[in-house]
Amino acid sequence: MDIIRNFPCVSIMLCLFAGIITSGVKEKTAKCINRTLIMTVFALNALTLYYTLVTGGAFVYVMGMFPAPWGNELRAGSLEALMATFFSIIMMLSLCGGKKKLFDEVDPEKHNLYYIMTDVMLASLLALVYTNDLFTAYVFVEINTISACGLIMIRQNGRTIEASVRYMIMSLLGSGLLLMGLCILYDMTGHLLMSNIRESVIEIVQRGIYKIPLTVAICIMCVGLAIKSALFPFHSWLPDAYGYSTVSSGAILSSLVSKGYIFLLIKIFYRVIGFNLIRGSHILNVLFVFGLCGMIFGSISAIWEKDIRRMIAFSSVAQIGYIYMGFGLGTTEGMVASIFHILAHAATKSLLFISAIGLTDVSGGSRSFFELTGSAYRNKVAGVGFTVGSLSMVGIPIFSGFVSKLLFAEAAVLHPDQKMLPTLIVLAISTILNAIYFMKTVLRIYVPENKAVIEQKGYFSVTAGQQKTYTVTIICFTVLNLFLGMMSEPIIHVIKVGLSNFA
Amino acid sequence: MGPHLFANYVEAIAMILFGIGFLTLLLRNNLIKKIIGLNIMDTAIYLFLASKAYIPGRAAPIIVDGVQDVEKYINPIPSGLVLTGIVVSVSVSALMLSITIKLYKRYHTLNLDEISARLKKEGR
Repeated sequence: MDIIRNFPCVSIMLCLFAGIITSGVKEKTAKCINRTLIMTVFALNALTLYYTLVTGGAFVYVMGMFPAPWGNELRAGSLEALMATFFSIIMMLSLCGGKKKLFDEVDPEKHNLYYIMTDVMLASLLALVYTNDLFTAYVFVEINTISACGLIMIRQNGRTIEASVRYMIMSLLGSGLLLMGLCILYDMTGHLLMSNIRESVIEIVQRGIYKIPLTVAICIMCVGLAIKSALFPFHSWLPDAYGYSTVSSGAILSSLVSKGYIFLLIKIFYRVIGFNLIRGSHILNVLFVFGLCGMIFGSISAIWEKDIRRMIAFSSVAQIGYIYMGFGLGTTEGMVASIFHILAHAATKSLLFISAIGLTDVSGGSRSFFELTGSAYRNKVAGVGFTVGSLSMVGIPIFSGFVSKLLFAEAAVLHPDQKMLPTLIVLAISTILNAIYFMKTVLRIYVPENKAVIEQKGYFSVTAGQQKTYTVTIICFTVLNLFLGMMSEPIIHVIKVGLSNFA
Repeated sequence: MGPHLFANYVEAIAMILFGIGFLTLLLRNNLIKKIIGLNIMDTAIYLFLASKAYIPGRAAPIIVDGVQDVEKYINPIPSGLVLTGIVVSVSVSALMLSITIKLYKRYHTLNLDEISARLKKEGR
């Protein structure tokens, strides 16, 4: 059993080595390596999850056997293992669902590069989830940014290149702030490992010194990570980056990349600074307000949008707002709700991206809202997938979105201070806005189109048999969604156990 | 405030440079100027780390003449962090420059807003 302690490190190393090997092989082999890698990572992390649940605690993996203040460490608890397992599932499904589109949109000689980018992306996500060292986290944040930029840019047209420049600029601002924050923190505490920083921070607070630098460090780290994960006022890069890249990239970016940064922020809250101190620093109130604004403005922008991919991208802004609003409540319940929403949103948003591409493909490649009329009849699988995703985002029971909304509402009601009322009101408004733009689209794709128009525009129909991988992907996503919606208790339990191990 | 600021003037300068770099990266329209801003921002962080790591009267952490006393040397980790940071910053600058070249070849301008306006006009 103890061999499982090596698995987090092994999975990160595997991803990095796979990236290196992939650069020298043919495209088909690259694809095989990529798929095998993701399945292996999934298996390794699922075993780690099992191990942490059985032993009931977290363990620390010491890199190179150098003890605590000198060496580098990984730390795996049930929450980290759950995230890593989940990330690998979503990545696998996103890649499978967008396989055909990748062939259509990307030059054949660049497919290798795409697989290298996804391997490195997975490595950086796993490292962000598992690392116990702040500077390692910074380095992998940058690796994540570079590979995400590659994923956006792999489809070469003006829009994607411009989107990747904007993405890079905002990301670099964010990581600059993060680096500055952790340098200030390092100067105050003299440590880079999260657990050691925590001890020093407690001592600093008890002695009552360095009040302003500590607040500044917390603030700029939060702002940096908020910029990188596209919290409301910093979301300008998001719609283009998600909307014009190839579909697998869009799904991976929206459901995994921003979530990796958010998870790092949670780790900073709990394991570096300490949640009590964060609550006292008022930064959570700022995040709360911007989260609420994001929930409203993201949805309003989505309603105005006529392009279906950009509409889904704007909906991500609203959902990121939900997550930050949960942080802003400053209670454990709010945090649990946010973490569950990370999972629910990842499962739902990638489903929406993948199914939207099926709908636009049978509408002559047009992404305009009006051209999609009746597309759910021409591609039934995609229609069902989109409907499931929309219902989940709106928050209909038995789908995953309902559980996270329920958890948010519960957390708001249990909140001791005056944050209850604004949370509930904005939650209700945002749900209605969600319903407006998602149900509008679902109705539009189920309105039958004139036969004459179909013939004139040359639309064609696709059956499930003609797109087997796609159908299987959509079914897997739907099952995952229903699983999160109906079997949420065990997952919430794992999240709670993981959070209590964090502190 | 005053005497502290004077004693730590290198850190104060590092912060000012960080601000200059940050704003250049955020507000300038010219892509090359943005990249220069990025490098100023990163260099400011290295200046901050290097100034924090230096303790007057102590030597670089390389053992000479068999002196092993900890008090004689400075902490080597900040220098290591600066090195790592430089590697990261070089790679992101290279990536940004390559994207800039790509955009310039396509649109013959370095002005990001102009490129966006043109893309909107093309409607693609």
